Amino acid sequence: MPTDSSTLCGLQSGERGQILSVEGSDAVAARLLEMGILPGEEIEMIGAAPMGDPIEFSVYGYRISLRRSEAARVRIEKQP
Amino acid sequence: MSQPSATVALIGNPNTGKSSLFNALCGGNARVGNYPGVTVEQKTGRMTLSAATVEIVDLPGTYSLAARSADEAVAVDVLSGAMQGIDRPDAVIVIADATNLERNLYLFSQVIELGLPTLLVLNMWDRIASTGMKIDPACISEQFGVPVVCTSASQRKGIDEVRQALASILTSKIDRTKESAAFASTDSASSNFPEAFRMETQGLLDWLRSKNVTIAQYQVQRLLIDASDAHVHREIPSHLASEVSQQLSEARSRLASAGVKIPLFETQARYAWIKQKTAGLIERPRGRPPTISDAVDRWLTHRWFGLLFFVFLMFVIFQSITLLASWPMDWIEGIQGWVASMLEGFVGPGPLRSLLVDGVVAGVGSVLIFLPQIVILFLFIGILEDCGYMSRAAFVMDKSMSTIGMSGKSFLPLMSSFACAIPGIMATRTIDNRKDRMVTLLVAPLMSCSARLPVYVLMVAAFVPDIRYASGWITLQGIVLFSMQCLGALVAIPVAWILKRFFFRGEPSTFIMELSSYRWPSWHVMFSRVWERVLAFITRAGTLIFVTSVLVWAAAYFPGDHSTVDEATRRLEGLQAAEVTDEQAIASLEESINLGKSRLIDQSFLGMAGRALEPVVRPLGWDGKIGVAVLASFPAREVIIATLGTIYALGSETDETSDGLKEQMRAAQWPDGKPVFTLATAFSIMVFFALCAQCASTLMTIQRETNSWRWPIFSFVYMTTLAYVGAMLTYNLVQRWML
Ligand SMILES: Nc1nc2c(ncn2[C@@H]2O[C@H](COP(=O)(O)OP(=O)(O)OP(=O)(O)O)[C@@H](O)[C@H]2O)c(=O)[nH]1
Ligand SMILES: [Mg+2]
Repeated sequence: MPTDSSTLCGLQSGERGQILSVEGSDAVAARLLEMGILPGEEIEMIGAAPMGDPIEFSVYGYRISLRRSEAARVRIEKQP
Repeated sequence: MSQPSATVALIGNPNTGKSSLFNALCGGNARVGNYPGVTVEQKTGRMTLSAATVEIVDLPGTYSLAARSADEAVAVDVLSGAMQGIDRPDAVIVIADATNLERNLYLFSQVIELGLPTLLVLNMWDRIASTGMKIDPACISEQFGVPVVCTSASQRKGIDEVRQALASILTSKIDRTKESAAFASTDSASSNFPEAFRMETQGLLDWLRSKNVTIAQYQVQRLLIDASDAHVHREIPSHLASEVSQQLSEARSRLASAGVKIPLFETQARYAWIKQKTAGLIERPRGRPPTISDAVDRWLTHRWFGLLFFVFLMFVIFQSITLLASWPMDWIEGIQGWVASMLEGFVGPGPLRSLLVDGVVAGVGSVLIFLPQIVILFLFIGILEDCGYMSRAAFVMDKSMSTIGMSGKSFLPLMSSFACAIPGIMATRTIDNRKDRMVTLLVAPLMSCSARLPVYVLMVAAFVPDIRYASGWITLQGIVLFSMQCLGALVAIPVAWILKRFFFRGEPSTFIMELSSYRWPSWHVMFSRVWERVLAFITRAGTLIFVTSVLVWAAAYFPGDHSTVDEATRRLEGLQAAEVTDEQAIASLEESINLGKSRLIDQSFLGMAGRALEPVVRPLGWDGKIGVAVLASFPAREVIIATLGTIYALGSETDETSDGLKEQMRAAQWPDGKPVFTLATAFSIMVFFALCAQCASTLMTIQRETNSWRWPIFSFVYMTTLAYVGAMLTYNLVQRWML
C-alpha cells in the first residue's frame, strides 16, 4: 500500500496538507471531489481507527472517513 | 383533507435535519438520528399553508444529483418526477447544514439549475454560535437569488419563517422553461463549465429529443459526467442503449482531447462558483479549536479501547434489560392474572371462557409482558442513534468488516437490524457497492432483532438460574442473554464470508463516509423512537398475535368433547364458592379435570399435529407441543410465546392456571414424568430462534429490495437449515456437558 508522504496516507495525526489532485476519474474520485476533497483545499488528519485503517480527516469544517486505499489517491503538499 | 395543491420536496445532504424539519412542518413522525442515511425512502406528509394543502416529501440525503446508491436514487427520482405515486415537485426546499455550508451548497448548485422555485434553509443555526462561525444569511439570499431561512429544526425554531417563505415561493409562477434559462444564464455554476462541454450537452440533448426521448438538460449532463453504471443511465430506453453509449464514449474522448477532465471539471466549476458567491459571507475561526467531541472521540476510536468500549456497551444494554425490566414485568403479569380471573368470574366454564382465558389472555397477554424490555432496548438504541456514536462505530468496525468482504457502511444497517431486520434491510440502500449490499442484506436477518428478545427472556428467566456476581450488578441471566444476542452476529461472520466468496465476488468496497459530531441525544427523538416501537409491538399483539392465538386455541380445543371437564370445573367452582372444605371431593375433582384436560389436548388437532411432528423435532430435544408452537411462529417469531401460552393454559393443571407461563413450562412433563424443559431444551429453542428466518415480513422486504423471489427463498432455506443443525448440536452438547 502506498504510504508515500506526498499523499494523504503520509499525514500523521494533527498534520495538515494542501490538496494537489485526486487520481482517477471513476465514481470514487467523483465522490471525493463532490465531498470537497478538491485541489486547493486544506485538509487535516485527525486520527486513525483502531487497526490503523480507515483514517479520519477534517476538511471544509466537517469530518470524513477514508480508507487508506482511498486516501492514497489524494496527492497533497504537506504544510508545516 | 383536500387534494394537495402543490408538492414540495425536502432535499439536502445526509444528516442535515431534513426529517427533523419534515416532522416540524407536518407533525409527522419520520425517523431522526445522528448519522448519515437514517432516511432511505421517501415519506410524504401534509401541511396547510394559507388555506391550501401542501404535500411535503421527506427524502433520503444525497451529496449530489449524481446518484450512486439506491437511497440517493430515490431522492433524484422524486425530484425528476420519475417516482411512482409522487407528483413532480412544484418547489424544493434545500436544507443545508450551516456549520458546513460550502459543501452543502454543492448539491444546492445542482438543484437550483432544475429551475424549480427553491428555498434555502440553513439548519443547525444553533450550532453556528457555538462553533464561533459567522454567516450572513441576507447576503447569501441576495447572492443566490433565493429566499434563505435560518432554522434549528430539532428545537422547532424558525419553522414559521419556513412556512412563510414557502408560501411566497409557491405563489410565484412556476416556469418550467427556467431550467434552460438557468443553464444559459451567467449566474449558475454550470455557466462555469467549459464551452466544449456545453456544446456536447446541447448536441446530445438535441439528438435524444429527435429520438423522442424526454430527458432534461441536467440529466444529459449527468449522462456525460457520471460513470456508465450510474443511476441516470436508466433514463435511456433500452433500444437506444448501445447507440447512446457509443455517442457518449465519442463525446468523452472529444472532451478529453479538448482538455476537459471528467469528473474534476464539474466539481471545480461548482465549488469555484460557491466560493465566489459566498466570499466574505462565511467566517470560520482560524485553526481548529479543540472540541469536547474530539476528546470523546480520541477514546472511542482508541486502538484497543475503542473495540472494547463497543462490546462493553452492548453488554451493559443487555444486563440492564434483565435487571431493570423484571419489576414492570411482574406487574404486567399480575394484571394478566387479574384479567383472567375476572373473566372466569363472569363467564362460566365452556368454549367461550376457554377462548377468552386460554386463547386471548394467555396468548396475547404473555407477549405483552415483554413490553418493558422493548422499551428499555429502544431507549438505548435511541440514545446510540442520536448521540453520534453510530458513524464512529462504523468507523471503528470498518477494518474488521472488510476482512469478511463488507465495509463499515454495512455496519449501520446491521446495527439497525438489532432493532428489526426490516428497516435494517431497507438501510442497505445506502451501500453503493451492489455486491456488498447483497451480502449485508442477506445476513441482516441473522442479527438478533427485538422480536427474539422476548423468546430469550422467557427461556432465560425460566431455566437459567438467577446467579448474581459483583454484588448483584451482573447476572448470569444477563450474560446468557448477551451471548444469545451475539450468537446471530457471530454466525453471520462465516456466512458473509461464504456469500462474498462464492456468490458475490467483486471489486473491493470503499468507505467514504461523513462522521457526524457527538451531540446530546434529544429527548424528543428518543421518546418518538421508543413510542414508534411500542405502538408497533402493541399493534402486532392486537392483530397478528391475536389471530394466531385464536387459531392455535381452536386447534388445541377442538374436536374434543369438553362437557365432562366443564361439568367438573363447574362443580369445583361451586364447592369453592360455597367455601366447602371437603378435601377429598376437591382433590378427586381436580384429578379428573387434569386428566381430562391433558387427554383433550392430546386428541385435538394440535395434539395430532404434534405427534406427526415429534419425530422431526425430537433430535432438538423438543416435544410435539413445542414443535407445533415453533411451526406456528414461522410467520412471526414472537408468536411462539402466545402459542406456548395458549397450549400450556389449556393443558395446565387447575391449581396452576394463575401462575405465569414460566411456571407452566417448568411443570410440563413427558409421559414418563421427566420434565420437558431442561436447560438443554431451552438452549436448543433459543439457538433455533437466533438463526431461523421466522418472519414473513422480512422475507417480503428482501423480495422487494432485490426484486426477485430467489433471495427470500435462499434466505429462508439457509437460515432454517442453520437453525435446525445449530439447535440439534446445542441440545446434544448442553446435555452431555450438564451430565
Ligand atoms: N443542534 C441541532 N441539531 C439538529 C438540528 N436539526 C436536526 N438536528 C439533529 O441532527 C440529526 C439529524 O437529523 P435528521 O432529521 O435525522 O437528518 P436527515 O437530514 O433527515 O438525515 P438523513 O435522513 O440521514 O439524511 C439528529 O440528531 C437531529 O436531532 C438543529 O437545528 N440543531
Ligand atoms: Mg432523514
